[in-house]
Amino acid sequence: MQRYSLANLVLQGLRKNVGWQPAWREPVPRPSYDAVIIGGGGHGLATAYYLAKEHGVRNVAVLEKGWLGGGNTGRNTTVVRSDYLFPESAAVYDWALRFYERAARELNFNIMLSQRGYMTLIYNQHQLELARHKVNYLACNGVEGEIIDLAELKRLVPLLNVSETARYPIRGAFIQRRGGTIRHDAVAWGFARAASSLGVDIIQNCEVLGFGKAGNRINSIQTSHGSIGCDVVGMAVAGHSSVIADMAGFRLPVTSHCLQAMVSEPIRPVLGTMVSSPATGVYINQTQKGELVMGSILDLYHSYGQRGTFCTIEKTITSVVEMFPVFAQTRLMRHWAGIVDVVPDSSPILGPTPVDNLFINCGWGTGGFKAIPAGGMLLAHALAVGKQHPLAEKFGLDRFRSNRLVDEGAASGIAH
Amino acid sequence: MIVIRCPYCHEQRTEEELTYGGEAGIARPDPNTASDGEWTDYLFMRTNTKGLHNEQWCCSAGCGQWFKVTRHTVTHEVVAVVRFDEALG
Repeated sequence: MQRYSLANLVLQGLRKNVGWQPAWREPVPRPSYDAVIIGGGGHGLATAYYLAKEHGVRNVAVLEKGWLGGGNTGRNTTVVRSDYLFPESAAVYDWALRFYERAARELNFNIMLSQRGYMTLIYNQHQLELARHKVNYLACNGVEGEIIDLAELKRLVPLLNVSETARYPIRGAFIQRRGGTIRHDAVAWGFARAASSLGVDIIQNCEVLGFGKAGNRINSIQTSHGSIGCDVVGMAVAGHSSVIADMAGFRLPVTSHCLQAMVSEPIRPVLGTMVSSPATGVYINQTQKGELVMGSILDLYHSYGQRGTFCTIEKTITSVVEMFPVFAQTRLMRHWAGIVDVVPDSSPILGPTPVDNLFINCGWGTGGFKAIPAGGMLLAHALAVGKQHPLAEKFGLDRFRSNRLVDEGAASGIAH
Repeated sequence: MIVIRCPYCHEQRTEEELTYGGEAGIARPDPNTASDGEWTDYLFMRTNTKGLHNEQWCCSAGCGQWFKVTRHTVTHEVVAVVRFDEALG
């Protein structure tokens, strides 16, 4: 792998930048692999990286229907945080955040992590008590978080309408200062480049069409590039998990929904922290390029249509303008949607499936991006070792049968 | 934008005026005889089709009646709307 460094930048510059190599290989698929991962988004690519790096399994293929990171990895609002309520969730999400903090060095790829703080606004006494409760929970989980008063909030977010005459008067905010944003494409690209250099074959434009089974095992995968043999299969396909599960012959407790986001034209830096508001139902942050990225609640009906609707633009924008009246002057530039996999208890599904050699990573719902390194590490462990990693024990598909749900619904910044 | 004509009040409603009620036709098994697996399936497992999907909607900003719809989950084309006690194709 060609290393990215200041010395190399200068050297390549002096050679008129003709010596740069592609970040990953574009191989022709082999007839069979030890492990095949379906889905070339962040979770699938991270899985391949950990299989090759931690478990020495290098005869691995990642099959991607479209282009790398073209699904939810490239469609989210780029926020990372780990303020989850239950110890088992906090352990997973904080593992991911700690990886992101060292990812640029480990992957030799600048993911542009910017830890400017993630806050949830507090509007009334009940929310204040809930926030205090949450801060205590986080402390028990070893994750930091604090409550700031109106004066500190005004200092951090000067454009926020905190007047008593606002539609929803604000009392303060919960903040996790390690929360922040990442250049989301860079996560897919960084993992793809590192995995490819360890020998993983990344095959784009390769759609999975069906499985060839012997007994209760998958021994081949029919794809748009022909049949590919496999020993074990991992799937990390988010909103399309039910479609792949249906091919493999089982059902999932998943419904697919459309989650929309939008971005304004770039403006000067005016908003440092990520702000999420339970009262108006929106979250907003400013990218390092200057655009305001906004989103709100998911579409409540089940959908695989990766596109947005005008009624959601209207709802989101009116809420944003209520919070930040000055943003009424900016224009919207783009608007898109991704398909998220919603599970009844808002927690991921990791590990074994009813098919002996098929392992799953899905159910992250609206918050999969922030968990990518952990999701990949945990699926890789299941594929290589054949059983759950200790961090994933509470997140098996069998929890729905044993009625041990991990109800994280309350920990989302916005009630989805 | 999804637009459906309610089969009870015969008014056209947009998705903003309707409430989604999930998959249609889920039958509750007899709890005295159902196995744990059947009960788990009933409570949690969903068909989640990519394509034509039978589902329940409520005319919540109108007459308040629940009805059943067959809709394409990618194009959002509504191909059938029936009253709740009628069967979808």
